[in-house]
Amino acid sequence: MITKRIIPCLDVKDGRVVKGTNFKGLGDVASPVELAQLYSSSGADELVFYDITASAEGRNLFTDILTETAKKVFIPLTVGGGIRTLADFDRVLHCGADKVSVNSGAIADPSIVEKAARRYGDQCVVLSADIARVDGVFRVFAKGGRENTGMEAIEWIRRCVGMGAGEVVVNSIDTDGVKGGFDLEMLAAVCDAVKVPVIASGGAGKVEDFINLFKTLPGVDAGLAASVFHFGEIAIPDLKRAMREAGIPARI
Amino acid sequence: MIALVDYGVGNLFSLLSSFAAIGVEARATDDPAVIAAADRVILPGVGAFADARRKLAESGLEKTVLDQAEKGKPLMGICLGMQLLFDKSLEYGEHKGLGLIPGVVRPIADVIPKGLKIPQIGWNALSFPKPHPLFSKIKEGDHVYFVHSYYAADCDDFVLATTEYGAPLTAAVGRENVLGCQFHPEKSGEVGLNILRAFCGEGVLC
Repeated sequence: MITKRIIPCLDVKDGRVVKGTNFKGLGDVASPVELAQLYSSSGADELVFYDITASAEGRNLFTDILTETAKKVFIPLTVGGGIRTLADFDRVLHCGADKVSVNSGAIADPSIVEKAARRYGDQCVVLSADIARVDGVFRVFAKGGRENTGMEAIEWIRRCVGMGAGEVVVNSIDTDGVKGGFDLEMLAAVCDAVKVPVIASGGAGKVEDFINLFKTLPGVDAGLAASVFHFGEIAIPDLKRAMREAGIPARI
Repeated sequence: MIALVDYGVGNLFSLLSSFAAIGVEARATDDPAVIAAADRVILPGVGAFADARRKLAESGLEKTVLDQAEKGKPLMGICLGMQLLFDKSLEYGEHKGLGLIPGVVRPIADVIPKGLKIPQIGWNALSFPKPHPLFSKIKEGDHVYFVHSYYAADCDDFVLATTEYGAPLTAAVGRENVLGCQFHPEKSGEVGLNILRAFCGEGVLC
């Protein structure tokens, strides 16, 4: 049985992890390489590195730490943040990324999805969508969730999958940061619309939120979170054990 | 030294890093002399079968790979590299493979129940129909990372491992010195590194 994936997301700025706290046995919690190794050894199934750097200098630091991480961590690595062109895909793939996620870049130029899928294969292209309800309709937001594009979200996701996006990360702005559980209604709508793997993001606060996610929506393939892992609120081994006890296939 | 056949298909960064991590010298190369001098050969690959097959032929490395296999040198195909070892593939038409292992590469859609996602992406468990040195350092039920829409069929005599995705799918194959993994050992954590360690060790031949 294929297992449900647990994916910690690391926000990286100027070569450092933005959120981090006291992990036992970890010298530097802001070191992306050390944190990635810790996550990998504790059972993370995949890692997302999200580059929130603005400067060119910071961007070089990002690819340096990506390279260093990929030399030491042997689970799939997805990179996102600032991906707009095929040159951006090249840059991170050559540093050891396995998949690349596009968000605002695809909104600005949807053809990037098709071009990248054709060059690197569908499995390499992850569509990440920030979605919120506006007057009861799911809308796609750009620029880190600050700008309503006016596009209807399910149609946008369907279109990108049609162009070759091999996986979809659904980040609910409505549940993000609230820690009250994933946005099951939004995720159900996406699972109904596409056949590629769907990764839930936004809202994880406790172990039960993941259990509830996978139990309620068998079409969801993975759960992604940042702060609950960084701040030690959920330990991945505990989460994996709880998943197995609930009858959810998990890699331990 | 392990030669990673570099015929312009796929990213060899992770494989090189994996061998470095287990302390084995590996080189990505398109030089037939380096491949001939290597102790073992890895045939990587991602993407479409026909495209990879064409690139392998155009690079002139197809003969090198076949010669090494013929000589009895351990050769392991990974992912699409494994699929290339078979007689033929039915991915977008019908394409001839290297013919090193009898069998046909077919769409997983032919055998798995409707409703399961294609490709299979993620971690799945291995079962071993018979013991093999390639898996001497891991155990039944260990998980490895898959990304694939096609699988090797009609090759029962050569199946070394299977995985369950609505139906049992070929996960690894072997015929004497020629081996193949459908999954990515270089992306399968410590389990994957242990498979690479075993490949580099003694007694890996069938």
